[in-house]
Amino acid sequence: MSTKYSTIIKDGLWENNGVLCQLLGMCPTMAMTTSATNGFGMGVATMLVMAASNFFVALFRNYITQEVRIPVYILIVAAMVTLVDLTCNAWMHELYKVLGLFIPLIVSNCLPLGRLEVFASREPVIPSFMDGLFMGAGFTLALTVIGAMREISGAGTLFADASLLLGPAFKVLETRIFREDAAVLMMILPPGGFLATGLLIAAKRKLDLAMGKQIQMAGAHSVG
Amino acid sequence: MSYNSGKPTYVHALILAAFSTGFGALLAFTDLFTDEPIKQRRIEDLQNSLVQVLPPAIYDNNPALDTIMIAGEDGKERKIFRATKAGQVTGVAYETYGQGYAGQIKIIMGVDPEGKILGVRAVQHKETPGLGDKIDPKKGPWILQFNGLSIDNPPPAMWKVKKDGGQFDQFSGATITPRAVVTGIRKGLEFFSANKPKLLEAH
Repeated sequence: MSTKYSTIIKDGLWENNGVLCQLLGMCPTMAMTTSATNGFGMGVATMLVMAASNFFVALFRNYITQEVRIPVYILIVAAMVTLVDLTCNAWMHELYKVLGLFIPLIVSNCLPLGRLEVFASREPVIPSFMDGLFMGAGFTLALTVIGAMREISGAGTLFADASLLLGPAFKVLETRIFREDAAVLMMILPPGGFLATGLLIAAKRKLDLAMGKQIQMAGAHSVG
Repeated sequence: MSYNSGKPTYVHALILAAFSTGFGALLAFTDLFTDEPIKQRRIEDLQNSLVQVLPPAIYDNNPALDTIMIAGEDGKERKIFRATKAGQVTGVAYETYGQGYAGQIKIIMGVDPEGKILGVRAVQHKETPGLGDKIDPKKGPWILQFNGLSIDNPPPAMWKVKKDGGQFDQFSGATITPRAVVTGIRKGLEFFSANKPKLLEAH
């Protein structure tokens, strides 16, 4: 296996970013990016689930037969999601009040399942864990940026309620950029999710072209 | 990669069973450890919302734990949280609902023994951000205007938003949300008048 960690990190964050290249996990991407804080929180929860489920699938990869691999993957993802859900509810209750409704949705997010199928089922434990972690980090990055775009244009703020999610020390992050009534409400409503995501994907491709890279129409099946 | 391992079916069944058992056990243990804190958080949440509709000065019990069940006119049992001081009921809090623009709006309201509103909060709603969410006291003082009102003040005919000929302001761009909240509160007050003796019964 010629798995290089630098490749895993670069793929996860940029080259094969789950949202911007594989276009997976669109449901939480649209639903949870009404503010940068929400996007970030959802991203981190997904990252935890991905790292943990990648770890377990890689650990047991030689015992999972091809025929039952999908139910086993879903079982593992669902177990990890429930674990995160219960733990958040018990010990990170403020965060849970914001994300609670959306944590169960991670089960149906195709991104964790996609990474189990193309990466964790074939690679050793440590690289798989890293892949889950950095694919999740890339997901978090994309959701936070989309959230920031929508929040700035739609509400005129950035990182509002960050202290609610991360603790009082992060109060400094909360900024008001312009007056609330000058904002474009549509951007925090559902259409804004599509607009912001589309703009960000376009911007990433433009940037890749400017750096002289080939644009690949990557899908979940292409392993970076 | 082959999609057929050539193994007999019972092997797959055993593998699936083993994983289900293993991860099921993991979840059972997690539940064991988180059950108590989660219950605690629920009570805290309830107390936080009760404090907003029942001023702590009027009671010496814990309203979150002092509850009775009374059937409303729809036949559904409602949970009533009672504030008592020296055994006398000084206020009751209960939930009422309004049909908002995007689903039900859950309202919790506190009422004193004379039927005057002590406080109202919309505790759960999915109204449009920037329009309907002005019912949240963080976004505006609208919800506070109900404090001190009762079923006869204003008269029943005026328990409507201005657009329907009543006395309560709607917000610019949103009529359905305030209408739902006003209707929910009015229904809550009617529930109080209909069940007053039962609600104020001493222990």
